[in-house]
Amino acid sequence: MTDRALCVVRAGALTTVQDLGRAGHAHLGVPRSGALDGPAAALVNRLVGNAPEAAVLETTLNGCAVRPRSTVTAAVGGAPCRVTVDGRPVAWGAPVRVPAGALLDVGAAVSGVRSYVAVSGGITVEPVLGSRSTDLLSGLGPPPLTDGAVLPLGTPTRLHARVDVTPQPAPPAELVLRVTPGPRDDWFTPEAVRVFTSRAYRVSPASNRIGLRTDGPALERALTRELPSEGVVLGAVQVPPDGRPVVFLADHPTTGGYPVIAVVPAADLPAAAQAVPGTPIRFVAVRRR
Amino acid sequence: MRALPVGDDALLVEVSSGEEAQALHAELLRRRAEGSLTVREIVPAARTVLLDGLTDPARVASDLAASQVPPAPPRARDVVELPVRYDGPDLVDVAAHWGVPPHEVARIHADTEFSVAFCGFAPGFGYLTGLPPRYDVPRRATPRTAVPAGAVALAGPYTGVYPRSSPGGWQLIGTTDTVLWDHTRVPAALLSPGTRVRFVPVGSS
Repeated sequence: MTDRALCVVRAGALTTVQDLGRAGHAHLGVPRSGALDGPAAALVNRLVGNAPEAAVLETTLNGCAVRPRSTVTAAVGGAPCRVTVDGRPVAWGAPVRVPAGALLDVGAAVSGVRSYVAVSGGITVEPVLGSRSTDLLSGLGPPPLTDGAVLPLGTPTRLHARVDVTPQPAPPAELVLRVTPGPRDDWFTPEAVRVFTSRAYRVSPASNRIGLRTDGPALERALTRELPSEGVVLGAVQVPPDGRPVVFLADHPTTGGYPVIAVVPAADLPAAAQAVPGTPIRFVAVRRR
Repeated sequence: MRALPVGDDALLVEVSSGEEAQALHAELLRRRAEGSLTVREIVPAARTVLLDGLTDPARVASDLAASQVPPAPPRARDVVELPVRYDGPDLVDVAAHWGVPPHEVARIHADTEFSVAFCGFAPGFGYLTGLPPRYDVPRRATPRTAVPAGAVALAGPYTGVYPRSSPGGWQLIGTTDTVLWDHTRVPAALLSPGTRVRFVPVGSS
């Protein structure tokens, strides 16, 4: 029997297992979770011949290092970074062979925040409610990686892609997020709505998988009464009492008691996942399609 | 009833009371079951039901505006009984808010049939309604940094049971040993929207 597993040598600042997430359980208070930069996760899976639902690793800023117990094909994408196998540089954004026992080191992000590491066969930790994703809000799924942890791998079913390099979007120098107003824009002053879509914000260092927090002008409420808890969607821009908008990402709570001024379409969120703290943000009002 | 668009593929349907929200939730579940509504998530809350993952939210909104929502159907589901020790550290404060002696809090609470209005805050955390409005209590001025799993707590019109240890600002009146959330169990959540609940006092103090 082959020993298909990954040993974690350097867990990095925050490396989690992610797949497509566990949508469909919001009514039980279960966040959807899943890779924040979905297209990057899908690409690295495709590069190693995995199905789209295979679980990958999502790193945060400073990468991670793993040692497979059997020979695997790996691919690293998302935030660009230096990738080495036993110290030798190998391609980023392309399938690479990692021999049994060799060290795959995913370096610190040169730009962007989150790199994605797919390994042939996928990471096969026990699924919870149909997903292997780590959910940092409610603690579902596997814990974040720790040094010395061992992650089981599945059996590869398909050959890896035959490519040398793949184009990937560069992490944003300026994050432009489209927004459709509402459902609670009328809880804010007209001035606040104008400020929100015309002034510059920056990505706050307090951002995480739950939400992209912002620094910038506070948004003033027209209605100051308490909002009864209501369901919130991915991409909702919630405004807590400090007035600074928070864009809800994959691990967001399923209900919330602060008004949502606008919603960012899901297509714009992968760029938000790669925006480093300090990146300028512009919220651009668009018509509902 | 008012359907507010949320992004490109969701609707927040707002009604005027918790009862109407529960009736609307039941009706939307019925429509999904019969196949006339295709939606990824139906998330009830205090005064709203969120429909997320709609292909044509404008059409769903106009369908809803043109239709009648029957009152919530009589609940056919069994009652979940939660054994509880009324030993919470805020029992005396709650008794003061209610204007009754502390032992009466347990009697009034245990005599009430609750139903899960909605879930949120954490997997398996249900917002239970059933107490008359005169028993509403405020949240604690200072939230606790750690409320133990199984704590039975009150805030506003709601009763809740903490599925796992977490920070919390609700008033703690008791403790249950029943496991509210176990992801290896099917279903993982003991309480889901619509579930009827009774608290059964067990020996303590």
